[in-house]
Amino acid sequence: VVIYAAGSGDVSDLTAPSSIDLRSVSLLDSDHSLAQVSLFDSVVSEMARNGGVAWMRTTEKIGGYDLSTSDTEEVHVLAVDDSLVDRKVIERLLRISSCKVTAVDSGRRALQYLGLDEEIQKKETNGFDGLKVDLIITDYCMPGMTGYELLKKVKESSAFREIPVVIMSSENVIARIDRCLEEGAEDFIVKPVKLSDVKRIIDYTTTELREGEQREGARAKRRGINKRKQREGDDDLSSSPPSTLSSSTSSSPSSSIQSATAPSSPSTLDSPTRRLKMTSSE
Amino acid sequence: MESKHVHQQIAAMRQSFFDEEVLDEFFSQLEQLEDQNNPNFVEEVFTMYFRDSTTLLETVEQAMKTISITLAKLDKILHQLKGSSASVGAKKVLNEINKTRQVLEKGNLEGTKAGIWEMRKEYESLKAKLEPYFQV
Repeated sequence: VVIYAAGSGDVSDLTAPSSIDLRSVSLLDSDHSLAQVSLFDSVVSEMARNGGVAWMRTTEKIGGYDLSTSDTEEVHVLAVDDSLVDRKVIERLLRISSCKVTAVDSGRRALQYLGLDEEIQKKETNGFDGLKVDLIITDYCMPGMTGYELLKKVKESSAFREIPVVIMSSENVIARIDRCLEEGAEDFIVKPVKLSDVKRIIDYTTTELREGEQREGARAKRRGINKRKQREGDDDLSSSPPSTLSSSTSSSPSSSIQSATAPSSPSTLDSPTRRLKMTSSE
Repeated sequence: MESKHVHQQIAAMRQSFFDEEVLDEFFSQLEQLEDQNNPNFVEEVFTMYFRDSTTLLETVEQAMKTISITLAKLDKILHQLKGSSASVGAKKVLNEINKTRQVLEKGNLEGTKAGIWEMRKEYESLKAKLEPYFQV
């Protein structure tokens, strides 16, 4: 990633960005084409992909995003689709939206991954291990276990029923949509899936995750801060250790959430059906 | 007396078969082939007919089920093709698939064959166009 920044800040030393105004930044992909995604997502995903993250130590709001909160963990999405083509596309859409993706080709494999398969009992805690899934996005029409059946199995399990499940389908059948929503699906998107659909879903998933963290109270926040500080200490990056990261930045999520969503997506508190109606009217 | 009554009954039944057009003149021909040496010829022929036909009809049932399964399988595959064609934006191919599926749903086999042929044409055309494009 080559970042051209205009304005203040010493660009020649990217290891210690103090006040780069990203509004005046152009992002060039490795093949020198302008990335078609939002600036924020590009920066985060490119940096994450390069194996390290140079934390933006500025707490300025840039284009509506508070970059100091970008160090919350990436949303981990389990994508389920029997179509190879669709799997490849959804995986890419999710990666571009700054998610970790695990893609499987059947409901059965999805359950195995979660540890819900009766035959393969894996001890799966809802804690902070690396396999924690934040969101499941699944195709409806699949041989063997349909997306609907997978949805039911997830919602029936005490360990995983909290995980939001989004259904994708090429058929816009009201009865099917209603059935899925009744069974507890978070949302229902019509295929082919657009980037805007994925972004909207990731945005409110991220928000709900953050709100969940806040609800845990101060203790969780302190734990989060310690984790972050640990991670920063372990980082062996070209950037100098961000010793200036103050604890005030960790408490800023609440104020910046509403501005973290893209303008086109609805408020995160919308019910799935309202969101859905907005989708179908687009 | 009783025998005459039974004969009348038989004659009446037989006549009804012709009246209702359940049987035609070829049945009469069979009857004419009966004689004292072959008094039950017609019945024997019909026993064979019933045995054979039951087996054949079972085969028809199976064949119909297979056709249904095959058509359902075909529709499923077309559905898969539709999904991935939509995902990659292959517009003409998608159109032909949709048309074919509609015809298939109506049970028009000839139309389905034609639709598949058209779909295949668009697909080959798309492939021929895009492969050099990606190579360039």
